[in-house]
Amino acid sequence: MGFFDNLFKSKEKRKNAQKYKLGMSKTRSGVFSNLKILLESSKVISDELFDDLEELFIMADIGVDTVIKFVGHLRDTVEVKEITSPFDLKEIIIEEMFKLYVKDEIVSSNLDIVKDRLNVILFVGVNGAGKTTTIGKIANEYINKGYKVLMVAGDTFRAGAINQLKIWSERVEADFYSKEAGSDPSSVMFDAIKYADNNNMDIILCDTAGRLQNKKNLMNELGKINKVIARECVGAPHETLLVVDATTGQNGLSQAKIFNEVTNISGVVLTKLDGTAKGGIVLAIKDELNIPIKYIGLGEKIDDLEHFDVEEYIYGMFSDIF
Amino acid sequence: MAFDNLSDRLQMSLRRVTGKGRLTEKDIEEMMREVRLSLLEADVNFKVVKEFTKEVKEQAMGEKILKGLNPGQQVVKIVHDELKKIMGETNAPLTLNMIGITKIMMVGLQGSGKTTTSGKLAYLLRKNNNLKPLLVALDIYRPAAIEQLKTIGAQLNVDVFEMGIFEKPQTIIKKALEFAVTNGNNLLIADTAGRLHIDEKMMQELVDIKEILKPEEVLLNLDAMTGQDAVNVASSFHQTLTVTGAILTKLDGDTRGGAALSLRQVTNIPIKYAGMGEKLDQLEVFHPDRMASRILGMGDVLTLVDKVTENIDEDDMMSLMEKMMSGKYNYNDYLKQLKMISRMGSLGGIMKLVPGMNKAMKGANIDEKQTVYIKALIQSMTKAERKNPQLISRSSSRRRRVAKGSGRSVSDVNKLIQSLEQQSQMMKRMGSMDPSQMNSANALKAMQNTKTKQKKGKGKNRSRFRY
Repeated sequence: MGFFDNLFKSKEKRKNAQKYKLGMSKTRSGVFSNLKILLESSKVISDELFDDLEELFIMADIGVDTVIKFVGHLRDTVEVKEITSPFDLKEIIIEEMFKLYVKDEIVSSNLDIVKDRLNVILFVGVNGAGKTTTIGKIANEYINKGYKVLMVAGDTFRAGAINQLKIWSERVEADFYSKEAGSDPSSVMFDAIKYADNNNMDIILCDTAGRLQNKKNLMNELGKINKVIARECVGAPHETLLVVDATTGQNGLSQAKIFNEVTNISGVVLTKLDGTAKGGIVLAIKDELNIPIKYIGLGEKIDDLEHFDVEEYIYGMFSDIF
Repeated sequence: MAFDNLSDRLQMSLRRVTGKGRLTEKDIEEMMREVRLSLLEADVNFKVVKEFTKEVKEQAMGEKILKGLNPGQQVVKIVHDELKKIMGETNAPLTLNMIGITKIMMVGLQGSGKTTTSGKLAYLLRKNNNLKPLLVALDIYRPAAIEQLKTIGAQLNVDVFEMGIFEKPQTIIKKALEFAVTNGNNLLIADTAGRLHIDEKMMQELVDIKEILKPEEVLLNLDAMTGQDAVNVASSFHQTLTVTGAILTKLDGDTRGGAALSLRQVTNIPIKYAGMGEKLDQLEVFHPDRMASRILGMGDVLTLVDKVTENIDEDDMMSLMEKMMSGKYNYNDYLKQLKMISRMGSLGGIMKLVPGMNKAMKGANIDEKQTVYIKALIQSMTKAERKNPQLISRSSSRRRRVAKGSGRSVSDVNKLIQSLEQQSQMMKRMGSMDPSQMNSANALKAMQNTKTKQKKGKGKNRSRFRY
């Protein structure tokens, strides 16, 4: 029986997991598929096997510190439970990874969206991470659920950014608010909230310009945007989502830390997971900052978005073991 | 990690090893572990790290650790040199078409910075090579991609060719070439849509475009913060298209950029440019040696060293040291020394980032206020007095005059005299030191009149003031 079988009792769950599996299929034929081969080809659980496991996890961009800690837990568990076969190790790995992510708390990937109030969601991240596309996808989700969604063009800097979001709003049939290019983003947010109030919006999705976390003036600008939103709308932003590209290395952790200093990052969106990168840095982000992953992006199309489910994520990574 | 600086970390791992003339294989293996960790944290691909440390270990085993020399620093040097070698000795130039149109194809993953970089490249080549660029919009997929390129073209006053989103890129590029001829453009930069290297259909599109365009350069735009996956991306694009060069984008971030090393090691693609910001004039020539330092976590050391040493004349420093050691040190020299120190002090923030300097800065308290009044005292002396410290030491009337002239007390003058004598004596002692011990830390400490460890023996190398 085992942990893994318990996870997938319901058919529904299995169906969703299939989507993860497809989107991440290339992932599996990359490094992690070697996990199956590695475990199958090892006769005993040895130091060498643990070294090889470290290698696999590091190649997933999980990050040296988290990997060393994780493999340390594996070693302890193996000792305590007296596991001798590498094949049994697979269940331990999944279990430990689950524990690492969840940390005995209830982790939800739902957004803090409440009826009868104006919900503000702020999207932040470095250049090229996929904020605008993600907003399009999330807008689509909530429009389909019957909410009135306003998309706000907070990137007033990058060429074509406003129009890019506008086209998305037309695709999903959401409302759209913008000011002219070059406007102060804080003033855009200010006016957008007024507009949303006057037009009975349920959710505002605010796009911001991509920015590198080491640019002090840009981080200050973001802090200001955050303050303005908070001032104009009680409890806002209700969610601040950090959009992280799955190909990002250790810098992802630095992004999370520093963006979290000027805003209250409530969740991560891990994009471009349909590539060969595993996006393991989000595990390090959860481990060190306790910021959960809310969504994963699996492509450029409008419904290439999934709520994050750690079990499905692990399944997508490991499913060729089974 | 506790230490950012690799040589600090190597030293820590070796603290049990000081005094050994030669390091054992085990010692070197320990150091290699630190090197591996450091490179992994820098996002260098795991397999690349393995090969690299293997190579470095062989070199380290082969070298004798010179007596008195810091073995950690020596290993860092080997690592640094090997990194520089892989990154490339010199910058690789762009291949231009001398007779006809220079054609450049920009490729890469989604969000890597192709469109912005296309604009930057047009600007740079127009400026430096006097070319007449044409930007071609081949991204028919992403919302407003064409508009983005058109806006950039307008900002730069550069021609843009587009045919909307309903024509295939293969058709657009064909027409673009025809247009370039009639329009008199001698540079064509094709901005393609971002795509996954595992998307067969999209990769085939690139093959088709290349076939029609026959570009002089196929440039892979790679985000500098890419992690372990860089190897997969680079190899795939290279295998499919034969990439002629890479542009490392968003290098103005704080990522250490190990992806660059992975790219080089696995595909040998030359990195031709570095994107250093969002503005269209922020494309720089790629410096392989600076990248090597950055990956090691040493920051852009050479730029820093340039900044620091342009304020300090190395020859001045050398002759100063010689004078001090010979015991002929006078107030003129002291003044020079103070000037040097205060320059270094005002660069304190930058200096801290130079490896080795950080430690030196900790030991040497550069007191700005003290410097100011010492200068005042010395400037109240006559030329003769500055040249010959004995005059001031032997005459109380001279001392009184100097005090009055500078607005300080006689006891301040006495303190200065003492200070000079102490310095003089210390430098004499240093003169008998092994000059190879004269690294920046000791030099700075000596000049600041703090205690330094005395070491015996002789050596061949002259001091290295840069690190």
